[in-house]
Amino acid sequence: MPKDGGIGASSKRREDVRFLTGVGNYTDDINMHGQAHVFFLRSDVAHGTLTTVDTSAAADMPGVVQIFTGADFEAVGGMPCGWQVTDKHGEVMQEPRHPVLAHGKVRHVGEPIAAVVAETLEQARDAAEAIVVDIAELPAVMDMKAAVAEGAPKVHDDLTSNLCYDWGFVEENKDAVNKAFEEAAHVTTLELVNNRLVANPMEPRVAVGDYSRGTDEHTLFTTSQNPHVIRLLMGAFVLGIPEHKLRVVSPDVGGGFGTKIFHYQEEAFCTFAAKACNRPVKWTSSRTEAFMSDAHGRDHVTKIELALDADNNFTALRTDTYANMGAYLSTFAPSVPTWLHGTLMAGNYKTPLIYVNVKAVFTNTVPVDAYRGAGRPEATFQLERVVDKAARELGVDPIALRRQNFITEFPYATPVAVEYDTGDYHATMDKLEEMIDLPGFAARRKASEAKGKLRGLGVNCYIEACGIAPSNLVGQLGARAGLYESATVRVNATGGLVVMTGSHSHGQGHETSFAQVVAEMIGIDESMIEIVHGDTSKVPMGMGTYGSRSIAVGGSAMVRATEKIINKAKKIASHLLEASESDIELKDGAFSVAGTDKSVAWGDVTLAAYVPHNYPLEDIEPGLEETAFYDPSNFTYPSGAYACEVEVDPETGKVTIESFAAADDFGNIINPMIVTGQVHGGIAQGIGQALLENCAYDENGQLLSASYMDYAMPRADDLPMFDVDHSCQTPCTHNPLGVKGCGEAGAIGSPPAVVNAVVDALRSAGKEVTHIDMPLSPDRVWAAMQ
Amino acid sequence: MYNFEFEKPETVADAVAALGAEDAQALGGGQTLIPTLKQRLASPAVLVSLKGISEMQGICTANDGALCIGGATNHATVATEGGAYPALAATAAHIGDPAVRNRGTIGGSLANNDPSACYPAAALGSGATIVTNTREIAADDYFQGMFTTALEEGEIITEVRFPVPEKANYQKFLQPASRFALVGVFVAKYADGVRVAITGASNDGVFRWSEAEAALSANFAPEALDGLSLSGDDMISDLHGTGAYRAHLCAVMTKRAVAAAS
Repeated sequence: MPKDGGIGASSKRREDVRFLTGVGNYTDDINMHGQAHVFFLRSDVAHGTLTTVDTSAAADMPGVVQIFTGADFEAVGGMPCGWQVTDKHGEVMQEPRHPVLAHGKVRHVGEPIAAVVAETLEQARDAAEAIVVDIAELPAVMDMKAAVAEGAPKVHDDLTSNLCYDWGFVEENKDAVNKAFEEAAHVTTLELVNNRLVANPMEPRVAVGDYSRGTDEHTLFTTSQNPHVIRLLMGAFVLGIPEHKLRVVSPDVGGGFGTKIFHYQEEAFCTFAAKACNRPVKWTSSRTEAFMSDAHGRDHVTKIELALDADNNFTALRTDTYANMGAYLSTFAPSVPTWLHGTLMAGNYKTPLIYVNVKAVFTNTVPVDAYRGAGRPEATFQLERVVDKAARELGVDPIALRRQNFITEFPYATPVAVEYDTGDYHATMDKLEEMIDLPGFAARRKASEAKGKLRGLGVNCYIEACGIAPSNLVGQLGARAGLYESATVRVNATGGLVVMTGSHSHGQGHETSFAQVVAEMIGIDESMIEIVHGDTSKVPMGMGTYGSRSIAVGGSAMVRATEKIINKAKKIASHLLEASESDIELKDGAFSVAGTDKSVAWGDVTLAAYVPHNYPLEDIEPGLEETAFYDPSNFTYPSGAYACEVEVDPETGKVTIESFAAADDFGNIINPMIVTGQVHGGIAQGIGQALLENCAYDENGQLLSASYMDYAMPRADDLPMFDVDHSCQTPCTHNPLGVKGCGEAGAIGSPPAVVNAVVDALRSAGKEVTHIDMPLSPDRVWAAMQ
Repeated sequence: MYNFEFEKPETVADAVAALGAEDAQALGGGQTLIPTLKQRLASPAVLVSLKGISEMQGICTANDGALCIGGATNHATVATEGGAYPALAATAAHIGDPAVRNRGTIGGSLANNDPSACYPAAALGSGATIVTNTREIAADDYFQGMFTTALEEGEIITEVRFPVPEKANYQKFLQPASRFALVGVFVAKYADGVRVAITGASNDGVFRWSEAEAALSANFAPEALDGLSLSGDDMISDLHGTGAYRAHLCAVMTKRAVAAAS
């Protein structure tokens, strides 16, 4: 019987009432008294020297409050980077200054040059058109390999080159890896591109800055996945505002997918300008601005080699990746192609020797940073593609080759510095095979061929490292932040609870699933619990939501705080029941004395805590409110097996997804319906990357895909009904809920399944195709067949 | 968007008069013009909406059997009420999305002559007559390259007359992002011959594929097209396909249109 509440129940998402009926409170819904609007004048060239920025005529335009340029921010800090990578020679990465408004040079199309604050947005736009900007154009640095060649034009004149870092991992393994390749019975090599993507959350970014002259307090309302991170970065590194004078609020946020983790210039600007203009300043991104100012994702160019022995065991793996940083380092950009990518190169396989080289490169493009999966999709894609190619070259079944090389004993220490705590890769593959009717594929292929279509089946595995992250470990790896999580549980006198979590929900349904956990622990109805997040004035310092970390880290903090509450409540109950504390049991929202019929209800205990007439005041304080901070001891390792069946129209190259199946192991699950929804969304984005989405620049640095006219988002009719299963559960061994996280899995696991399937389809028609770079748009698939 | 004056005349004569003002611009359904204005890429002084002109609304059949569509008729109306010319109604039913179909007008689409729009292929493929406030223009004379037509300044498309063919079909291969036609082929078989008009492909906008028309006029069957091909040299080459790919799609979609024609 499915439960109707608590852990494991598919409770309906309580937040959807306001999201679906138009009564949410998004940042753009916030309008302050006396608010002015800012319009950013952005560069329309990719690379050049700013020779003139003349605002004199614009300043006299109607409604203009004040105009700002790069010169106004010279005394202010640059946009900080939150992760410092050390390269293979022990040198720290090159870290360019990232100004709030461009100064001296512009380095990508869309970089803000000037900001006009005016009474209305239209007046600000009118005035921006009157600003005289002259830019002496410089050659745009676009291709990553050309960018690091001798004599290439430099994106940053004060850096030695366009190479941010040259990272080797694990450098000490390099010689052994090379030796294994020399001794290999078979080597499979694949060169591929992991396409640049634009996250495109439904809600564009918005920032509203406010300043109180009376109290010297700043408030920023912003579309962030992590308001405390923004408060710390902006306050401490950009504007010099102490945290006790700075409140950051992220109310309802309409999707983040990573791109709303980062601290952006517009946030710093609105906060700065609110004080400078002494009135609230609001910015709402247009969709066009979003394309050229939200941090992009992926953009790797990789060569991967897999060595096998004569028995088809994987003996070594070697990769060589160029990772695009864009023109500046976005907040966590350096970590994505390194610690979130290199550490996952073992995948689900017991490959004993691995060496990963990553060259991070500056180009005249929008900065690139984490996008759903962040590094792990890039690792999974190249690994699962090269394994598939190896199977074809060796003439063995791709599933059998994977199974033969699966890790089967846990905990398992990989050669790339992480230790998988649990997993059962055969179990998810067994489940997948059951879901996809493998024996029936031949008949389905025949049926497709009868219609003139080619049918292909692609299968792959994935593993990811979630529950980010142990602070002491990431500190050693260069993180300039801790990655614990916090929760305060405040019990009210009448028994209701408010949980203030440092996690942030921007669509994930935390208000529902977090409440289920607390309801289960106390044995009360979910409706008695309110989840509060997204306001630094209410919530203890927390690190927000990304990296599929919320339930594993934020949920654990909430469990710890709730345990403290229960422990204290038991003390109160033992007093009220005149029994020993060790005899008190909590069940179904009542405290009872073991072996007796004496009990006291939850609400009586909470009332006693706040009306302590009959209360052990000599032993414990009144009140019932506890805070916990939880720092994980390891990552969590969700894993799974995915399969995709496609039909390809050989006349046009059009790919249709006929079926898609996902068998995931997320450990224990709080709300199966929400997990299914998360996987659906992730698969949709993964299929988007595989078939449709492509952020493209021309050689001059102009963004070709700057609107939905040219950037293809997946739509419902591009997708099949997904077959999703998460019944394989190996609980995480090191967090209290045994949970692993599910937010990114779909986006990580799905692209290789799609590409493997299309390659399989084309080969069924005798085409000698070994790889097609994503997106597998009709023209690319058709070209590959010619 | 810049400020502009807004006029909504109720007769063609009043519309023509309003369009005589300096920097006046006709507004049909606004499906291209409004986004253009929002991006500040156009700055007309006066917008003259044609939506209030009742004589430009609706569908009727002429004495010679031609389907006559008022210039301000939206696509949804053609889709639901243009059943006398099923292939045309089906074409209209697949333009854009429901919002576009309920705002966009046939006159607006033909006056804009977007190189990837559907209606230009239908009009040229049907040998339609573009009726304006001053004259009647044959489709063969009307389309003059992408975004270019025979319309004079201030001239309004009041009606479009489609001779109804024996058989016809429109095949659209979607550009994955915009879902405009990457290549769209309209094939129509009339008693005096077959017309084939292609949108989305050429740098010169919608065009007729005369070799295919000759072959199909002799034998209206997909096989008649075997061995025929177009050169991709003058075709659009962009993020979504090379000229060679578009040329290939022209042949594929023409065959499919012939096979599906009814």
